Formats: sequence, structure tokens, C-alpha cells
Amino acid sequence: METIPLSYYLMLSGILFVCGVLGFLIKRNIITIFMSIELMLNGVNLSFVAFAAQWHSLSGQIFVFFVMVVAAAEAAVGLAIIIAVYRTRETLNVDQVNLLKL
Amino acid sequence: MLHLILFLFFGAICVAGAINLLAQSHPINSALSLIVVMAALAAEYLLLGAEFVAAVQVIVYAGAIMVLFVITIMLLNAGKEEHTRGSRIAIIVGVPGVIIGAVLVAWTLLFRSHTTSVTIGAEPGSPQGIARLLFHEFLLPFEVTSVLILIAIMGAVVLASRPDAVARRPAKSDHKELPELVASGKGH
Repeated sequence: METIPLSYYLMLSGILFVCGVLGFLIKRNIITIFMSIELMLNGVNLSFVAFAAQWHSLSGQIFVFFVMVVAAAEAAVGLAIIIAVYRTRETLNVDQVNLLKL
Repeated sequence: MLHLILFLFFGAICVAGAINLLAQSHPINSALSLIVVMAALAAEYLLLGAEFVAAVQVIVYAGAIMVLFVITIMLLNAGKEEHTRGSRIAIIVGVPGVIIGAVLVAWTLLFRSHTTSVTIGAEPGSPQGIARLLFHEFLLPFEVTSVLILIAIMGAVVLASRPDAVARRPAKSDHKELPELVASGKGH
């Protein structure tokens, strides 16, 4: 049986998560910030699947399934919120979205 | 050996796509590189023996969610992002902090943890096994998830389709009518 060290998968998962955090911090476009959140979710999913393979349990994959469902719901609602924000402010730059109420 | 080469190949594609997402300034380029990341991650899931998760990753993530993103970018006509003083402060403070955290986590994983190797294909994540777990042990969360999806659909429809929001937007032509409205309000 071929084996790959678990730490390799965790390193890849950590790199993806860190890229997501960096994008969340340095990006100014609200859609790109939202995509960075999806990138973080993907990194977490990879570590879930790696641990599921490590412990010979399918529960980790079920968790990935639920994370994907929540991510889909979050993307639908979040993009609707972005559209509503764009309608009222006519900008996607988060620096200019600094008022709770217009 | 082949598995390791495949892991490194698709892992390199993942990391390159993620870094490209950060480097691009136009949102559509970021979205396309995120699709590349997700497709390469599906290959990683296949390497781990998680066939069902790999299929769902391609169908739901790279398919449905990213199409939603691309359509939103096209709908809002998103252009290049411009940086301001606040974003430079975020870069100056955020990037070193994130890098320090990443180095700490990597050091812990490499030298302080006692993780073993993952055997390839030891536990195939076939749809049968997933379904047996999902519809026996995780039946209640599965049903609750359907309620969540329903609420998300209703929320998205309510948030995105507000025709009166366009009318209430303070356009330039509205400013002329505003004193008249106030005056008529006082008259009543």
C-alpha cells in the first residue's frame, strides 16, 4: 500500500487556509473577500478528508458534505447581500462601505 | 511513489491557484483561479480515496457555487480594485501576523506532532458507505440541512429582489423633488 505522510496533507490544508486569511485581509473587493472565505473552507475540508482517511472513519467525509451544504447556502445568501449592498451604495470597495445605514 | 508525485503535482496546482487568487486585481481572474484550486482539490480527494467527496466537490463547489460567483461578478460589472490607506495598514499589520502564525503551525506539524502516514485507498469513500452513515447516524442533521437550504433560498430571494430599493435610491434627479415632498408633507 502506498502511503503519504498525513502532515503533507495538513501542510497543504494550512497553506490554503493561510492564503484565504491573507486574501481576506489584503483584498478590497467584497466579492474577492467572499471568495477568500470559500478558499478557507476548502482548506478545512481537505484536513477533514485527510483525518478521515487517517482514522479509517467516514464521519469526516460526512462533515465535509455538511460544510459544502453550509457553504452553498452561505454563498447564495452572501451574494444576495452583496447585490443589495451594490444597489444602495453603487460600490464594491469595502473601504467605502463604512456606514451601517445610509 | 506515483501517489506522492500526483500529490505534489496537484498540491502545487492548488498553491499556485491560491497565490494567483491573491495576486490578481480583477475579481473574475480570482474567481477562475479559485475554480482551478477546487478542481485540483477534487483530485487530492480522489488520491485520499474519497470518491463521493471528490464528485461533490466538482459538482457543487466548482460547478454551482463558482457559477454563482461568476454571474454576480458579471451582474455587478465589478472592475479592478483600488487600494486606500486603510488597506495598506491591513497589509502592513496583517501579512506579518499571518506569516508568523503559519510558520508556527508548520513547525508544530513538522517537528512536534506524531502523525503517521495515510494509507491510500484503505477506506474507500464510496457512495454506499457515505449513504449508510448519512441516512442512519446523521439522519437528523441531514434533515435539518434541508431546512437550512430552504431558509437560504428564501433569504436570497428576499434580499436580491427588492424592486422598491431602486426607487428609494437617492438619485440626482430626486433632489429636485425632495423640497416639494417636504413642503407637501408640511401642508398636510
